[in-house]
Amino acid sequence: MPPHPADSQEFDVAIIGAGVVGCAMARRFTLDGARVVVLEKAADVLDGASKANSAILHTGFDAPPGSVEQKCIADGHREYLEIHEGLGLPLLKTGALVLAWDGEQLAALAGLVAKARENGVDDVEVLTRAEIMKREPHLASTVMGGFWVPREYLIDPWASAHAYLLQAIANGAVLHRKSEVIEGRHDGAFWHLTTPNGIIRSRQVINCAGLYGDIVDQRLLGQSSFTIKPRKGQFVVYDKPASALTSAVILPVPSKTTKGVVIFRTIFGNLAVGPTAEEQTSRTNASTDKVMLEDLHAKGVAMLPELGNYEITTTYAGLRPATEFQDYQITTDAARNYITVGGIRSTGLSAALGIARYVASLNSITPLGKPIKSPKMPPPDRLSNYHPRDWETPDHGGIICHCEMVTKREILAALDGPMPPATLQGLKRRTRVCMGRCQGFYCTGPLSELTEGRLDPPIGERDE
Amino acid sequence: MNNVQNCNVAIVGGGTSGLALATELTRLGADGVVVLEREGEAGGVPRHCGHYPFGVKELKKVMKGPDYARALVYRAEKSGVDIRRGTTVTALHKDARLSITTAQGAYDLVANRVVLCTGVRESSRAQRFIGGERPQGVITTGALQSMVYLHGQRPFRRPVIVGSELVSFSAIMTCRHLGIRPVAMIEEGPRITVRQFMRPYPAMMGVPLHFGARDLRIVGHRQVEAITYTDAHDKVQTIETDGVIISGRFRPEAALLHDSHLVIDPATGGPSIDQYGRASDPAYFCTGNLLRPVETSSWCWHEAVEAAPRIVHDLAHNRDLTKGTALVVSGDALRFVVPQRLVQSDAPHAMEQMQLRLKRPTVGHLIARSGGKTLWTDFLQSRPERRILAPLAPVLAARDSQTIKMDIIEGH
Ligand SMILES: Cc1cc2nc3c(=O)[nH]c(=O)nc-3n(C[C@H](O)[C@H](O)[C@H](O)COP(=O)(O)OP(=O)(O)OC[C@H]3O[C@@H](n4cnc5c(N)ncnc54)[C@H](O)[C@@H]3O)c2cc1C
Ligand SMILES: Cc1cc2nc3c(=O)[nH]c(=O)nc-3n(C[C@H](O)[C@H](O)[C@H](O)COP(=O)(O)OP(=O)(O)OC[C@H]3O[C@@H](n4cnc5c(N)ncnc54)[C@H](O)[C@@H]3O)c2cc1C
Repeated sequence: MPPHPADSQEFDVAIIGAGVVGCAMARRFTLDGARVVVLEKAADVLDGASKANSAILHTGFDAPPGSVEQKCIADGHREYLEIHEGLGLPLLKTGALVLAWDGEQLAALAGLVAKARENGVDDVEVLTRAEIMKREPHLASTVMGGFWVPREYLIDPWASAHAYLLQAIANGAVLHRKSEVIEGRHDGAFWHLTTPNGIIRSRQVINCAGLYGDIVDQRLLGQSSFTIKPRKGQFVVYDKPASALTSAVILPVPSKTTKGVVIFRTIFGNLAVGPTAEEQTSRTNASTDKVMLEDLHAKGVAMLPELGNYEITTTYAGLRPATEFQDYQITTDAARNYITVGGIRSTGLSAALGIARYVASLNSITPLGKPIKSPKMPPPDRLSNYHPRDWETPDHGGIICHCEMVTKREILAALDGPMPPATLQGLKRRTRVCMGRCQGFYCTGPLSELTEGRLDPPIGERDE
Repeated sequence: MNNVQNCNVAIVGGGTSGLALATELTRLGADGVVVLEREGEAGGVPRHCGHYPFGVKELKKVMKGPDYARALVYRAEKSGVDIRRGTTVTALHKDARLSITTAQGAYDLVANRVVLCTGVRESSRAQRFIGGERPQGVITTGALQSMVYLHGQRPFRRPVIVGSELVSFSAIMTCRHLGIRPVAMIEEGPRITVRQFMRPYPAMMGVPLHFGARDLRIVGHRQVEAITYTDAHDKVQTIETDGVIISGRFRPEAALLHDSHLVIDPATGGPSIDQYGRASDPAYFCTGNLLRPVETSSWCWHEAVEAAPRIVHDLAHNRDLTKGTALVVSGDALRFVVPQRLVQSDAPHAMEQMQLRLKRPTVGHLIARSGGKTLWTDFLQSRPERRILAPLAPVLAARDSQTIKMDIIEGH
């Protein structure tokens, strides 16, 4: 077995899992002065639950009052607003409308508004049907009422997590990919974590393994206090011009009879409808399904009739790391300096920065080095359709992906960057190549040449 | 503010249509003809089609796609057309102004007339709601052709082809070019989409054909491992494979239109045009496969050559702002009609025929009606994806009336 590059090194904190939670955790602990290592099983980061979500920066208005989740979402939202400009991350201030489409939902509105206020989201505003139609003239006229949540926003789900981790790396953290933690032992002072590439020594372990949170606990602690129950969410994404149909995020009122869906713009300029909520046992199979997709499309058209005139760009599904509990499962084993951050179900993107703060505040943490006063800021992926893009600046080397307007310069920057993608999926998340309406008609060819020898599996192979 | 350039006719898209049109415009004496092509090479889709037969009617030669594309580029440049490669049009504005970006930077181009020739592309997996996982190795024929012919790259070795249109057959040829052996061709409909005489071809190539395949699902986490479908007997079938070619179901490449002030016909997915090929803004003409899915290169070439004199005539006159009569399809058998609008103009060189397509196999009488009056009728027996033509003259005579409806009275 080749010696691990960091074999001889000792770390203060080993973070297991580079989902959005692990990325935010790495940033927090690095900036607080710890020597951090991130161990990720997959060939690339963001390969688990964080691969696919709705990318809404929630306020937590509807989270259970007093829950850890509610606190982390509120803190995460606040910190994102503080740091996003510095990290070059986009923010689209859309606000959200929670809408009722039948009598039962209408009756539930008052309770939701009261809950929002209890959660400190006191800027919600009840609207009449006429006011709603004035704001969103493309909505079906069957809408009955609703309220406005001004601080629900849209962000880039991948660039944000990348930026958190890249900032950690720029300030001294180490990332090992293809490094699944298989087993570990605590010797009283240090954890010895076994990975396929060698053993990592760290004073503290934070389990951020998302869909594998229970399994990692079992491997390292011998038991887990929760069981992951993956819950799939499917989406239909429409061509960019459809984004003109809504301004705000359209949220449903959860009711006993129907589980409504969300209509939201994406920061990349599309409009999407989803997610579904389907319990399953597989932790990897994020497959889509014709019946569900057709149902989502029908639900979308029912709320937004003109949606039927637009082309579908793509469909996808994500897996939520849900458990048998409603709240996040953040637990500590103080004796062994071990923290589990589990069950970050359906709000982890919003809450990640808040979760990291919360974990840093737990008193089992080993005393750390000095906080970094002026941390380095890595250059971000700038992929927001609502902000200037690379193709608008000269000398970009030509456009490779015409649908998403991805330049050669952007692709090379990703391939040659500090955290190069290992897979085509990873390159897509960093640049948006092949993510547009043609799904690769024009760009697959040039891309397969440009990425030759850089991706595994490769896009194509050639005869010698 | 971007720097601004001027030209006489700006053609967006340097494929068959754009190049044929530019050459003909120049031959007819138009100057300042500029072709804007976003790819590094002009030539359009034929550039990706390393197979025969291209050019038979228009160039009187049987050629492979890339040679044909080169010939079109050569003819255009020889006649003085300014082909600008690596030049992407990013927005269409009123008064024939285009936003353009190149690797070096951006500029605006203001023309007397713009012609949109951006062609078609195939529908993706998502547009067909093909479920399952999302592994690597699911691509359209177009992407396959570009990889194989332009870049010598092989994305898989034994793929399944979804669809049975002409392009699905050219996928077989494309595969064979690099020794890729398709293991099956799957069609969702009850029979092959191309003409029946093509029926034995896949078998000859050793590719079994499966019809009536519903609920396609792709299996495989990183790379494709299998495709499953429900067959006509409600049995779930599994085919082991390492790739999926999603072929056909063409859509006009109308991204620019969607973001512009021009009117789109939801039935074709392309621009709404009049009998002169003008979009809702008369400074914009359109031709080629952007008008409708889908025709051959040869058809597009002829269409472009016929469009040239009307553009030349229009340049010499004021932009004609006449309101038009709508030409629409009614009933549930017809899918679309082009043109969608008929204007009251006696300018020469109007189209002579309208083009229609069916949604389902149909036998009956195709009929043109206006306010209860029958303008024209003829017997029709045809299938989806087949070209259907009808004369425009009888309906043009009634264009001052209300909406003109195309319908089918089914039965013999
Ligand atoms: C359909 C859907 C919609 C959503 N919408 C939103 C939204 O709009 N807003 C919002 O805030 N949130 C949303 N979420 C929730 C959000 O996506 C999740 O809460 C978040 O991604 C969870 O991140 P994580 O880091 O905990 O888990 P993961 O992303 O799963 O990360 C865990 C990582 O650990 C790695 N790992 C596992 N085992 C090991 C091991 N033994 N060794 C090393 N590495 C290991 C995995 O490979 C993975 O990369 C949504 C989720 C879904 C599914
Ligand atoms: C996968 C595929 C396979 C086909 N195979 C055959 C075949 O075997 N035989 C056959 O006869 N026909 C085939 N066709 C039909 C094909 O559309 C026609 O042959 C012909 O190419 C149509 O010419 P066109 O000029 O209308 O479009 P295209 O040839 O597609 O040309 C359009 C051009 O516009 C450019 N363009 C688009 N948007 C912009 C923009 N914003 N700015 C600048 N440039 C832009 C494109 O890059 C492209 O070069 C196929 C089509 C496809 C998609």
